[in-house]
Amino acid sequence: MRDKAVLEMKNIHKSFPGVRALQAVDFTLCEGEIHALMGENGAGKSTLIKVLTGVYSKDSGDIFLKGHDKAVAIHSPQDAQNLGISTVYQEITLCPNLSVAENMFIGRTKGFGQNWKKMNAEADRILKSLDIPAKATQQLGSCSLAVQQMIAIGRAVDMDCKVLILDEPTSSLDEGEVEKLFKLMRDLKAKGVGIIFVTHFLDQVYEVCDKITVLRDGQLVGEYEIENLPRVQLVSKMLGKELDDMSDIKSEQSTYKDSDNNAPVFEAAGLCSDAGIKLFDFYIKKGEVNGFTGLLGSGRSECVRAIFGADRITGGTVKKNGKTVKITKPIDAMKNGIAYLPEDRKRDGIVGDLSVRDNIILALQVMQGFFKPISKAQAYKYADEYIKLLSIKTASADTPIKSLSGGNQQKVLIGRWLLTHPEYLILDEPTRGIDVGTKIDIQKLVLKLASEGMSVTFISSETDEMLRTCSRLVVMRDRKVVGELSGEDLTQNKIMSTIAGGDK
Amino acid sequence: MKDMKTKFSVKNIFRNQIFIPIAAMLLLLIFNLILDPSFFKVTLGYNSAGNPVLSGYLITILDSGSELAILAIGMTLVTAATGGQDISVGATAAIAGSVILRVLCGGNSRPEHMQAPIIVAFLVAVLASMLCGAFNGILVAYFKIQPMVATLILYTAGRSIAAWINNNELPVISDESFSYFGGFIPGICIPTPFLIALLCIIVTVLVMKFTTLGLYTQAVGINEHSSKLNGLNPIFIKFITFVILGVCVAVVGLIKVSRISTINYSVIAKDIEMDAILAVALGGNALGGGKFNMTASIIGAYVIQCLTTTLYKFNVQSDALPAYKAVVVILLVVSSAPTVRAWFTKTWAGITAKNVKEVG
Amino acid sequence: MQKSKFSLKNLTDTNLLLMITIVVFFVMYIAAMIFLKAGFLKPQTFFNILNANASLIIVSCGMSLVMITGGIDISVGGVVALVSMCCAVYLDFHNGSVFGAVLIALAIGLGFGIVQGFLVAYLDIQPFIVSLAGMFFARGMTTIVNTNPFNVSNEQFVAAKNTRVIIPGLGTMNKLGKYVDAYVEIGVVVALIIVVLFFCLLRWTKLGRSFYAVGGNQQSALMLGINVKRTKFISHLLCSLMAGIGGFVYFLHVGSGSASHAMGMEMNAIASSIIGGTMLTGGVGNIIGTFFGVLSLSTIQNIVSSVGLDQAWWTGITIAAMLCLFLVVQSVVIARKKR
Repeated sequence: MRDKAVLEMKNIHKSFPGVRALQAVDFTLCEGEIHALMGENGAGKSTLIKVLTGVYSKDSGDIFLKGHDKAVAIHSPQDAQNLGISTVYQEITLCPNLSVAENMFIGRTKGFGQNWKKMNAEADRILKSLDIPAKATQQLGSCSLAVQQMIAIGRAVDMDCKVLILDEPTSSLDEGEVEKLFKLMRDLKAKGVGIIFVTHFLDQVYEVCDKITVLRDGQLVGEYEIENLPRVQLVSKMLGKELDDMSDIKSEQSTYKDSDNNAPVFEAAGLCSDAGIKLFDFYIKKGEVNGFTGLLGSGRSECVRAIFGADRITGGTVKKNGKTVKITKPIDAMKNGIAYLPEDRKRDGIVGDLSVRDNIILALQVMQGFFKPISKAQAYKYADEYIKLLSIKTASADTPIKSLSGGNQQKVLIGRWLLTHPEYLILDEPTRGIDVGTKIDIQKLVLKLASEGMSVTFISSETDEMLRTCSRLVVMRDRKVVGELSGEDLTQNKIMSTIAGGDK
Repeated sequence: MKDMKTKFSVKNIFRNQIFIPIAAMLLLLIFNLILDPSFFKVTLGYNSAGNPVLSGYLITILDSGSELAILAIGMTLVTAATGGQDISVGATAAIAGSVILRVLCGGNSRPEHMQAPIIVAFLVAVLASMLCGAFNGILVAYFKIQPMVATLILYTAGRSIAAWINNNELPVISDESFSYFGGFIPGICIPTPFLIALLCIIVTVLVMKFTTLGLYTQAVGINEHSSKLNGLNPIFIKFITFVILGVCVAVVGLIKVSRISTINYSVIAKDIEMDAILAVALGGNALGGGKFNMTASIIGAYVIQCLTTTLYKFNVQSDALPAYKAVVVILLVVSSAPTVRAWFTKTWAGITAKNVKEVG
Repeated sequence: MQKSKFSLKNLTDTNLLLMITIVVFFVMYIAAMIFLKAGFLKPQTFFNILNANASLIIVSCGMSLVMITGGIDISVGGVVALVSMCCAVYLDFHNGSVFGAVLIALAIGLGFGIVQGFLVAYLDIQPFIVSLAGMFFARGMTTIVNTNPFNVSNEQFVAAKNTRVIIPGLGTMNKLGKYVDAYVEIGVVVALIIVVLFFCLLRWTKLGRSFYAVGGNQQSALMLGINVKRTKFISHLLCSLMAGIGGFVYFLHVGSGSASHAMGMEMNAIASSIIGGTMLTGGVGNIIGTFFGVLSLSTIQNIVSSVGLDQAWWTGITIAAMLCLFLVVQSVVIARKKR
């Protein structure tokens, strides 16, 4: 083992039916180091981590830990925990029916009995030290997602661990919470804990990490010191090609400007739903790309859900091309040419066990109706068309969608909606949790569609993506529309100040 | 190259869902063939009414398995859409049967003639068991109660309701034509229940082909949230699967009462729910919902009947029957369990690899 | 910290459902006392409910445990019948001792538990199918062991069967003016001990909490470092063991062996658990609730028969109606709370 290394993974192989997820991957983590693990979706980061934490068993290769002479055998998450490897996963892996304190301590303390008093006191201490707004005795399910994620982090760092794995822990956290997390990571680093940090946010990598390991297509690209690897190079290493796509996007933006004076395709007045948004007005023109922005929980998703009729509508009218239409259910919206790509891909988007083909035709099929099934041949034709058009990486159209990588799943879903030939496409966080390459593909696609006359709403947590694609931004705060920015006002600063509420 | 191809197809056969029930069926048939080939004898004879009828063990299987096959159709849909099972089908079949008798007898427990055409009685029974299905469906789809629990209600109350419909009397229909549905239609030597089952299967195939029921139920069963955002109405789809099962149950009720021309409230269609669920599971369908294979379920139903008939043939007491059934069921589900299958595939791969080496 | 005000929001799902159950039971029993005075005012009526349902209480405890872990076990009724029959045959035909019979009951329970637990936990087969096979097997075996029902006349056993535990101070005068002590059978004592043990297990041990965790979210429980397979195995093991003990208590109460014993008991146990606030989806439930669930169920039966509707089918309909009511109330309450 290398000096100071706490963890060494050597020559790790892992394959799933039809996919070689990891091939001869080496990974080394030293004491007191924050090590970013980077790569596109499907590059094998998650697989590597799941091998390390015992969720998957590796096909071959060795894992060495400091203090163990021989390679260690990790067969279950329990083994990993006992060996001092603690993990925070991207999806929250806590039990919603247990109390906050139980979630922090279950499965990691020894002994037979359960001392509630002591446990609650300990939990309160951790909650307080991390400033998490929850009570130890509260049922976890009643906490917000961000709080749940912080609790998971609290649990992981409280363990006396040598290796801490953070697998995209920040996607549901707001900036303040991310700051808290970073401070925590630095404290642990000072104590000599090795931290593996997986994220899609480049800013965060450059803020806290010391080293970067890049994976691509299940293979190791290399390990780099952070100061020796500028962003552009990191991105090109991840993608495996030099990249000037960013500038491409900018240049395309001009093509749809001429549609500015059209009347709105869709407009809504006084719309509100039972998801808790305040009344809002809204319009979109033909060929326009607009966006909803605001902090997490500001109501931007609820707004578009209301337009699509996904939540129960409690008031307001929607007009299409000036004529009032009734949209109370998603099917109404679909029939009126609206398509909606939901924020939570796994929960609301994919139908996991169904094939890529069925996933692609689903929306169109529903629109055609119960008695007009799409024939198998036609379905294959549609599927192949969109697999090619969006360059979806899949073994075949019959592969279950759940075995595709996140980015490709997202593309299938976009294909599903494009197949319905919508006039208005709503994309809610289409780029979340997917790799840089696909992110750029999607942004380009949005602009292309708009230039062909489709109206698009594009929502993203990353402001620069919104600035790049949208010509008009609706700004939200506390479930209310607080402003609208377009033209010259579309700058980072202006958005921030509108979100914050100062009218300067 | 050629070898590669055969290997692939072998693998595919193992992976195919329909492999399990067919293999089980073949195994049972081979077992019978070895022990007593007379199992396969089919003879054409005449029944007491002088009509030509086929008889033999195979015919018995086709005949008695009909109810199960019909139920398996509805049960598969319910399982796929709701991820749960309806355990009230036996009790609902009792209700349906009771309704048929009530309409046919019109209050008189030993009528000389039927008081209403059979088709009317049947339609009323269909309505009644669709109502039962709708009741289950509302509880499951609208109140979001787990299917097994929701249907526990009718499971508990169903037979009591059936008895109440006929004031706890046991009406007997003496009209010959009523017994056609559970026996033989004059001039046709194939048992009617099998023909009815066949009809149900054909209708199902047509429905599957000309509607999107299959895709919708699977989508709802796999991901309800997502289906909703794709314009489906999961509540309605779950509800409708229960209603469809209700129709299947009514058909079963008709066959059951027609077989004996009367009804026994506590025994009619007893434990059939368990067999129907078993048929779905034997077909390799996940009881947790989602993807399904209707053909596999129907074959599964006949496998169960085949097993039952085989056991009867070997003079197993009817009360002891379940014990043997249980052993076979366990063997089947264990051999199709993913972990066991993975182990099996691995070993198989090891053997073939070894063989290749030896040959090479 | 400020003491928070009592509100629905602060209750966990488990406690909320438990509260509903207890309230409903007391309302029902008190109403019966007021309107049907005769029987229900006597404490012995209550104790008789306990006597008749001691085995159901025990079996339901096991059932709740499995349901909390997210599984189901419908073999319990069959196991109870098998235990009764085996014990009866052993006592009468082989002149065995009561102690030996207890061992047989435990062994049968353990045997079923180990096999079913292994199949469910380690081979990942759906618990419904496994226990369905278990039920078939147990029912079939009961017939194979002995076809005809018979009463046990073994002296030692009859003595045990007639042993009464006197409850002091709650006796009443009978028609002849003679003071009759209130009593419960041994089975009730066993049942109460088991309720207490199970309550402690679920509340104050790590193992108990891991049942809830596995039922709440199996994947998460795995990631939290819980040995999910072992937890599921233990839950099924304990459930079948309870079926074994419950079987003996049942046998002790009825004193006979028959293949038709405990028909549908699994459904009663599931119904009791549900009325007691256990959810079949797992992760929510409470043993005290189950206890009151059994009491509610049997009180309803008693009320039905004391009103004079003694046809068997009325019991079925009232239990079903009650189950329906509880399910709807539960689903509405939980849905409201989530808002």
